[in-house]
Amino acid sequence: MQTAILILIPLIAAIAQLFVPRKYGKRFAITASLITFVLCLVTFLQFPTSGDYQYVTNIPWIASLGINFKIGMDGISMLMVLLTTFLVPLIILSVVQSETRTPVFYSLILFMEMALIGVFVSLDGFLFYIFWELALIPIYFICLLWGGEHRVRVTLKFFIYTLAGSLFMLVALVYLYLHTASHTFEIGELYRAGRSLDAPTQGILFLFFFLAFGIKMPVFPLHTWQPDTYTEAPTQGTMLLSGIMLKMGIYGVIRWILPTLPLALSQYGDYAMWLAIIGVIYASIIAITRSDIKRLIAYSSIAHVGLIAAGVFAGNAIGVQGGIIQMLSHGINVVGLFFIVDILQRRTNTRKIGSMGGIRQQAPFFATAFLILTLGAVALPLTDGFVGEFLLINGIYIYKPVMAVVGGFTIILGAVYMFRTYQRTTLGETSVETEKFLDLTPNEKAVLIPLLIMVIVIGIWPNIFLKVSEPAVTKLLSGN
Amino acid sequence: MKDIIQQTAGLIPLFPLIGFVIIALLNKRLSKGLTGLIACGALLASFVVALIIFFNLPADGSATEVHIADWITAGTFKASFNFLIDPLSSIFLLIITGVGFLIHVYSVGYMHDDENQNIFFAYLNLFIFFMLMLVMGSSYLLMFVGWEGVGLCSYLLIGFWFKNKSYNDAAKKAFIMNRIGDLGFLIGMLLIFKTFGSTDYKTVFSHANGFFSGDAVITTITLLLFVGAMGKSAQIPLYTWLPDAMAGPTPVSALIHAATMVTAGIYMVARSGVLYALAPTSMFVVGLTGAITLVFAATIALTQNDIKKVLAYSTVSQLGYMFLALGVGAFSSSVFHVMTHAFFKALLFLGAGSVIHGLGGEQDIRKMGGLKSKMPITWITFLIGTLAIAGIPPFSGFFSKDDILAHAYASNKLFWFLGLVGAMMTAFYMFRLYFLVFMGSFRGGDKVHAHESPKIMTVPLMVLAVLSAIGGFVGIPTFLGGSNRIDEFLEPVFSASPIKMFSAETGSSSVSEISLMIVAVIAAVLFISWAYMKYSKNKEVPVPESQKLPAVQNLLYHKYYVDEIYSAVITKPLDRISGFLESIVESRFIDSIVNKTGTFVNWAGGLLRQLQTGNVDFYIFVMVVGVVLMIFFKMM
Repeated sequence: MQTAILILIPLIAAIAQLFVPRKYGKRFAITASLITFVLCLVTFLQFPTSGDYQYVTNIPWIASLGINFKIGMDGISMLMVLLTTFLVPLIILSVVQSETRTPVFYSLILFMEMALIGVFVSLDGFLFYIFWELALIPIYFICLLWGGEHRVRVTLKFFIYTLAGSLFMLVALVYLYLHTASHTFEIGELYRAGRSLDAPTQGILFLFFFLAFGIKMPVFPLHTWQPDTYTEAPTQGTMLLSGIMLKMGIYGVIRWILPTLPLALSQYGDYAMWLAIIGVIYASIIAITRSDIKRLIAYSSIAHVGLIAAGVFAGNAIGVQGGIIQMLSHGINVVGLFFIVDILQRRTNTRKIGSMGGIRQQAPFFATAFLILTLGAVALPLTDGFVGEFLLINGIYIYKPVMAVVGGFTIILGAVYMFRTYQRTTLGETSVETEKFLDLTPNEKAVLIPLLIMVIVIGIWPNIFLKVSEPAVTKLLSGN
Repeated sequence: MKDIIQQTAGLIPLFPLIGFVIIALLNKRLSKGLTGLIACGALLASFVVALIIFFNLPADGSATEVHIADWITAGTFKASFNFLIDPLSSIFLLIITGVGFLIHVYSVGYMHDDENQNIFFAYLNLFIFFMLMLVMGSSYLLMFVGWEGVGLCSYLLIGFWFKNKSYNDAAKKAFIMNRIGDLGFLIGMLLIFKTFGSTDYKTVFSHANGFFSGDAVITTITLLLFVGAMGKSAQIPLYTWLPDAMAGPTPVSALIHAATMVTAGIYMVARSGVLYALAPTSMFVVGLTGAITLVFAATIALTQNDIKKVLAYSTVSQLGYMFLALGVGAFSSSVFHVMTHAFFKALLFLGAGSVIHGLGGEQDIRKMGGLKSKMPITWITFLIGTLAIAGIPPFSGFFSKDDILAHAYASNKLFWFLGLVGAMMTAFYMFRLYFLVFMGSFRGGDKVHAHESPKIMTVPLMVLAVLSAIGGFVGIPTFLGGSNRIDEFLEPVFSASPIKMFSAETGSSSVSEISLMIVAVIAAVLFISWAYMKYSKNKEVPVPESQKLPAVQNLLYHKYYVDEIYSAVITKPLDRISGFLESIVESRFIDSIVNKTGTFVNWAGGLLRQLQTGNVDFYIFVMVVGVVLMIFFKMM
């Protein structure tokens, strides 16, 4: 029941939002998303230590095709939904007073929240696909209507690229469906159908799923839509894309590829991992000389996600658990960093790193927030990034040491580009653009402080989260 | 005994952590005086607890493990916040909190006029917290936590005066170069986990007994860990960050870049003694790296004119001695030198700070001279520190350095020889510094009025001077009638190794040890006399920047151009690769394929659209052809 409510509240709120007077728009959206979060938090705190799906709702939908509206959560879904409901209120809050946004804007965000939660709780292959595509619609409009100069061209490319990817997934899902004993999209049946296939067939399905998930994350070399889209999207759009939406891809790997296609994984997992690892190094090196800070963070996201993908494909509990905790951490860090970028851009009217500097003098609170997020991003121990990266590299190492060594260079390269960015924007002497830099407003603090707290909390007590997903991961990997 | 340790050990890192949190959160709302009081009080409290623990250590030298909390549990991986108290960690605890406390007190005076004094103390307390984690942690993972944490604090404190670009660059360089070492540490740690199923010392060391000497896995592990040590403890090739790190306020140089953080690498190797004992190759690499670094850094120190740079290269060189000692298996000698070095190098840096403070920020020794009468306390304490580092008996450095050289002689004559050469150069460059700063007449012009520093700075100097003078007495070798207490104290930690390597004491007779000692002292005295003739009697002053130096001196003065080489070989190519990947591979290749795919689909769509002519006749025609074909195939 809880699961259904978590989908319903944002959906109802998204519709109601359209009838809310413009000046109350933001307040209404925050309230609705906060209610969702509180409910989710309560569910999380009571979540049983079990690998089974909890709070399952199963309503027949298109009975003749064996399609059911079946939703429910195991520990992995729980954490993803928690991340979504935690970030959405902050993303809405990050809209500043001066940029009055129409109710449609908030409605789209809430609709997106509904779809994202749907993706994470679907226990039916067809339903999963429906939510997957539903999530694309609101973000498309958010980017198209409120994006930057080149939004039309960039957004179209993003839309077609990811849509093409998901069509491959649909084909794979239908193929699995046709091989179920009783023609159903029920997730357990699809798992069984997949595992009964021979290796070459699994390989083709692996490729199809990989295209869909790999484009979404994105994994090298399927990533070229990402820097442009992140840069052109409005801040809230970038946050939604990087903070939550890309986790759909990783979640997809965990939920679909790992349990369904074990033979293909052992045969082609290597290639996927190498692509991901190459992406880590490739994107990190490109990030080093980026002068547009938003683009820089976009590339850093490709690097971080690459490491998550590699760890998850390693297919052992340490790597998958690392991937899950790093999805939370990355969501928190990247949303925080894109908000920092937003603040920089609004205050200085530029995103060029070279024209900033000396902000710490003017705005110590801002500088501290930026520093803590930077530390999380470079995976300093006792911040959130370390737990994830350490477990991921560990998981990769267990699978194949040489990959961990190559991927491990991220801890050096990450420090290079993040500290360069921090130094050139925040330290040194002030420039014309930064000499009147105002420190954080109460509204901005309200967005950043919860994120900063989570950076430390995950860094010190990761077990709060790890223990929730552990039984589900064990179950998933044992092939049940 | 163990109960007391169980109950109190957690307090040691807790005090500075609380200090950090309070100061960081309240920051400017606290008065400067109160901030200093909180920061120093936290350290004093930790020091007292460290003392209590020291005096309550079990007599048999066994280790006590203290469980604080669980940390990460994922799959088969499990890590907790556990502390390990044994003779080795307790010595480091005393050094860190004791010397740390003195430097905190000194900082109250030194940083008094800085507008960001409060943040300075917050960083210092945070540093102590991480440093304590590093030495108290009972697993490699916790050591890594402290390891990276002190790196962060070092970054923050080197770049403390953040308006200055070159300071920021130095800070960034320190962090990144340390991260290169950290990658080695990290990979080594993963191999440890893969091999032993845990990163806890207890598990690792007890399982290590099952390996043979020279085992490839153990050798790989120890070499990887040593890469980390090279970064943190500034050994070739990862040493260039340390001299640049002198950009930070001088108390930071004393605390982090001399007395404590940079000795983390020594702690790591000593702590892993059991593993290194199984890896003769790694031992040799450690010893060789130390021996080469100690000579290499000493040659650079001969020509530097910045008072802090001289001390910085001297630190690199002294760390080399410690690694040399580790490499020949003289683990307790190495730890002994860590201790005496903490005393005299902290003293020298704080003395240098006092000089810089007294001269209003001047660091160039060509503009000093004759400070003996103007700064009497700084002078006398600095002299004691100089004597100690030069290895003149009975000052502390003499005993620890001699201990190292004796072990080196017994194990590898080349290492001993390099150590001796280094000792000679140390005596020379330190007395060059001493004579140029304190003797002769003042060269800084009429406008500068040198003055002695306030009591809050000179009292720590005096305490450290006493320690530098007598600190060596805990390690008087047996043949001189001493009992070498430190060796005995640490013995239980290192005797756990499956192979005993600590037989140098019996390996050489006391007669040869005495002669080695005499050779070293004579050599040092000779080089001191040379420095005296050159810089005090003949009043030579290093030439100004504009004047050309002879080739060799020029090479040394420019530090062998290593920074320039690194920049040309690593930094610049990396930037160029980055640009290449972005502008060529990314946009011209990968993205262009994506776009071409799009164009192709469009084109194919266009082709297919040709079929949709809207001409019904054509549709019927195609349909008929299709049906005929179907029937045809059916019949086949």
